[in-house]
Amino acid sequence: MSKKSPAAAAGSAKTDDTLLACYRAMLRIRKVEQRLSKLFADKEVPGFIHLSIGQESVPVAISRHLRDSDTIAATHRGHGQALAKGIDLHGFVAEMMGRESGICRGRGGSMHIAEAKVGMLGANGIVGGGMSIATGSALAHKLSGKGDIAVCYFGDGALAEGIFHECLNLAALWSLPVLFACENNGWGEFSRTDRQFCGKLAQLAGAFDVTYRFANGLDVADVTQVAGELIDVMRVDRRPAVLECKVERFHGHFEGDPQKYRDPAELAALADKDPLAHARLALERAGVDPASLDALDAELTREIEAAVDAARAAPQPDFASARADVYAH
Amino acid sequence: MEQMRFGQAIGKALADAMQADPTVILFGEDIGEAGGPFGVTRGLYQTFGAARVLDFPISEAAIVGTAVGAALSGYRPVAEIMFMDFCTLAMDAIVNQAAKAHFMFGGQTSVPLVVRAPHGGGLNAGAQHSQCLEAWFAHVPGLHVVCPATPADAYGLLRTAIDSPNPVLYIENKALYARKGDMPEMPAAIPFGQARIARAGRDVTVVTYGAALYQAEAAAQQAATLGIDVEVIDLRSLQPWDEASVLASLSRTHRLVIFHEAVEAFGVGAEIAARMADVGFDELDAPIVRVGAPFMPTPYSPDLEHAYLPNAARLLAAIERVML
Repeated sequence: MSKKSPAAAAGSAKTDDTLLACYRAMLRIRKVEQRLSKLFADKEVPGFIHLSIGQESVPVAISRHLRDSDTIAATHRGHGQALAKGIDLHGFVAEMMGRESGICRGRGGSMHIAEAKVGMLGANGIVGGGMSIATGSALAHKLSGKGDIAVCYFGDGALAEGIFHECLNLAALWSLPVLFACENNGWGEFSRTDRQFCGKLAQLAGAFDVTYRFANGLDVADVTQVAGELIDVMRVDRRPAVLECKVERFHGHFEGDPQKYRDPAELAALADKDPLAHARLALERAGVDPASLDALDAELTREIEAAVDAARAAPQPDFASARADVYAH
Repeated sequence: MEQMRFGQAIGKALADAMQADPTVILFGEDIGEAGGPFGVTRGLYQTFGAARVLDFPISEAAIVGTAVGAALSGYRPVAEIMFMDFCTLAMDAIVNQAAKAHFMFGGQTSVPLVVRAPHGGGLNAGAQHSQCLEAWFAHVPGLHVVCPATPADAYGLLRTAIDSPNPVLYIENKALYARKGDMPEMPAAIPFGQARIARAGRDVTVVTYGAALYQAEAAAQQAATLGIDVEVIDLRSLQPWDEASVLASLSRTHRLVIFHEAVEAFGVGAEIAARMADVGFDELDAPIVRVGAPFMPTPYSPDLEHAYLPNAARLLAAIERVML
């Protein structure tokens, strides 16, 4: 097992600060996605969006240990991964709304959003599509020798993709600093993962002699600690690791999915499996004033509404300039 | 002028590019100590070391996929796919990732990636080691596609490909590796989208690229004995392709035949024919004719493959047809 991370060794005051920061980051993602859900229903966000409500703990916890020069490859359910890595909120919201002021000038949308300067290499519309990109970025980090790492976010729905197996092999074979971070929500699109994948991620990692750790995604503190231990080691030993986090997918595969394939009892039980509610309870038990948490909520609402208002006021993208930018010059 | 083999010219371009730019790195199977399946990368591992000549496992999706990731992280990878047929295993990385990143991320990033892919038959290698799949890639916005025929062009196009901020499919016909040609002492980079008039002529324009150039030149010589003066245009670059030069030639000859080794149906020739039927309609004195491989997999048996591959005789018949 890995050694204790500095964060884990620190006193409870520090732990409370970390939990509060995680709570804030998770709440921000939650509120952004809830706003997107409404904007989608109101037809202000077009296309497909896949919300990560219930899964915010994973990218928030991992990003506590990342720096701008570290890179991530995100998934189609990657809003939280992008926001936690520090993607600009105004540019993010405007992109979702397809505006010229969007971070990708309205050409990418939810499934194809990136921000190079914060190391966010891109969400991906292809399940497993980001895995080799993250692994290649880790190869670049190894070659450039600056101590940076790459995070490959993926869902359990990607476990049966061949590219995952290729990437695990290569990362282990060549000692590449890539964290394969699985947000395991039990669903691969519209089908249960146990009907799609007969292996176990732990055993798969073991087959390639890659360190594997499990974390409870309901508890952001647990994910923060485990991710910290893995990343602290990775910065030194430059070897890959697999982090599997059990989470729940509160919404459908895509927004608007009626989820008739899910047992109503499962859906009813989700309320008790909310990492955000769990963190809030822990903060209140630790003596944090609930009024201050409500104030935080209001502050985030203002930030998000300002982004929505700015996007609404922004121009639609220009077709001619998009057409002229298929190739870099 | 120095003579150099086609394969050596590619190796020289790789070496010169690696010398000039420390971010140029090579990805591929058996390209290191083994020197590459066709010997193209011979000596580069010894010169540049294991950190820049990366000997991959047999894992094509990971080769190109990680090359995209490295390209997005500051490097200029040149990935070798041992046979172009194996690009099928890396299509997500090429088509969905590399080709689109610059556009869909709003121009923030680019993917300076070269995928080297040997195509072509004649080795009795059968249906999975002989295909000419360039039309697939020329169909994808965001990719460049080039296919040199001479050692000097092989060098010059590869230098341009490596310097390009965009993903490039660099296609090399296996039949050309041992072929010798002129190599200037200071070979120049060759811009994409510039065709070369390989042979000037007045009566018929033959547009071709890659190894088919030599069959086209042979057919042109035979046509000359029949009193037909053929102009041969070597496209060199397929995406973008030099529409202006083809149209200019058509405006002189008023007859057009397109000749390539790839399957004729839905191929590069179809695009050229369609464009010339449009922008060159008033210039045409005969139907535009394509000569390519028949619509069937490349067969194995030497007799079958010989019958399958487009050749100078079939091209000559097409030339005579448009002269009627």
